Amino acid sequence: MGRFLVNFFCKETMEKEARITEGYWHRFSSFLRNCMFNVLSVGPVPNHIAFIMDGNRRYAKKRNLPVGNGHKAGFSSLLWILGYCYELGVKYVTIYAFSIDNFKRRPSEVQTLMDLMLEKIEEMLKEESIVNKYGIRLCFIGNLKLLSDHVREAAERAMKVTAKNDRAVLLICVAYTSTDEIVHAVEESCEDKLDQSRAVGKINGWGNHSDNDQTSPKDHKHDPVIKVVDLENRMYMAVAPDPDILVRSSGETRLSNFLLWQSSYSQLYCPAALWPDLGLWHLVWAVLSYQRSYPYLQKKRKQQ
Amino acid sequence: MVATDSIRKSSSRMAQTPSFALSILWLLIHLVISIFFIVLGIVDTVEDYLISSGFLKRYDVINMGKLRYLAIVVDSEDAMQINKVLKLLQWLTDIGVKHVCLYDSEGVLKKSKEIILEKLSYAKLYEEGDEKSGLDSKTMILEFTSQFDGKEALARAANLLFKRHLKLSLGENQEEKIFTEAQMTEALKAVGSGGPEPDLLLVYGPARCHLGFPAWRLRYTEIVHMGSLDSMKYGPLLKAIYKFTLVRQNYGK
Repeated sequence: MGRFLVNFFCKETMEKEARITEGYWHRFSSFLRNCMFNVLSVGPVPNHIAFIMDGNRRYAKKRNLPVGNGHKAGFSSLLWILGYCYELGVKYVTIYAFSIDNFKRRPSEVQTLMDLMLEKIEEMLKEESIVNKYGIRLCFIGNLKLLSDHVREAAERAMKVTAKNDRAVLLICVAYTSTDEIVHAVEESCEDKLDQSRAVGKINGWGNHSDNDQTSPKDHKHDPVIKVVDLENRMYMAVAPDPDILVRSSGETRLSNFLLWQSSYSQLYCPAALWPDLGLWHLVWAVLSYQRSYPYLQKKRKQQ
Repeated sequence: MVATDSIRKSSSRMAQTPSFALSILWLLIHLVISIFFIVLGIVDTVEDYLISSGFLKRYDVINMGKLRYLAIVVDSEDAMQINKVLKLLQWLTDIGVKHVCLYDSEGVLKKSKEIILEKLSYAKLYEEGDEKSGLDSKTMILEFTSQFDGKEALARAANLLFKRHLKLSLGENQEEKIFTEAQMTEALKAVGSGGPEPDLLLVYGPARCHLGFPAWRLRYTEIVHMGSLDSMKYGPLLKAIYKFTLVRQNYGK
């Protein structure tokens, strides 16, 4: 009995000491990180960083784990990276969570991803989650009609609940591709112009033309013209400025139909690390590279 | 709460003027990074010498079958150095690249189109359908693009689709879908900006950035930064093309 009590109290003390040591270490590393961010902030800090979270499946394969575990590890990595970004002062973070192309994967994997997304959305809306701690507004970007009802409703609810948060924004691209976004923007712009014309009453004039009408160009001089700015206003990503940095993990150097319109003057960064292995130092390097290219990219943006 | 404190710290950090000590530290870090890139440049020069002299045997044989279409993005100011551009195209011909799209945002290369085609007797201008036709081993197809073929072309294509949409909305056949990716591709061809999608895009400029290359053609293109046109070397070019032939894409699957 005496030995049992001694062991019990020793174990309690050891666990308490481990928690205190962990607490000190956590505070010390936070202090170091804050110092580093103070130094980085001497130069320009990116306002918007976008991430292609590539490499979850390879991460799981390397460790002989099911694919779902790779995606879960990817989500943990995401929370760390988000925390670092918002601490540094990045206001907008965009993540490529699920492409329209990803629907071609095995149905079981697609279902796992959808279930994970649903679970994580619910988690993020809890009181103690990162969303409330950092005052993050959630925006789900993409053709949400392609999602199942459960996931779409959860996403819409998350957007509604966090609509008033204004410190930072997390844009989650789901059922998204750039080409789909561009076609959608074209369709919406066409509808806008049609509405404008109807309002002015010109559509009645056009309705009187015959099918084989050979009207000369001068008859169409008042036709509404869709401009680049009209398309930009109708992009899903119009809620945020263009990204300053676009990061793709796992060493691949392509954009895979992500933010093709918005990344004209974005610094591209392709670290070899798989997404679950991406950490603070990769982010620091991305920001330092951005700061080196900043004068040139700003000049190019202004010339546009 | 820790997180709210850190957001508050980041806002106050941005609002304050950085201290002298922090500024010095920041400059020091960037100085170290610049020295690192200088050393990297020296390593590249040595590697270029080894590749050009044939010491590195693995670059001798490259499977060019995978690289059907190469794009080169050049900074518009650098693009005025036509002799450099011509040298680059000559190297690409030696490597065996058949189809090149040259891009610079201001259209400097477009304006120099005639000079370039005149100097390269084996090169011809891209025409629709060229990608399907067989070419003899000496001909290189060249395409010249600028931001006119990027966002502006998408707006022109949008106007074409708008006109079709208007006609259909007035007519009887309301079933036909106008707003699809296939229709958009056709509309881009109709407005003169419908070239094929490059397999590999090489950026010659100060920053790793595609500078507005036509978005519709960039979906699965591998993008590699080669440094500025001033410091272009044959070795890194060959290495980039060789590395590309080793890449395997899943296309989202």
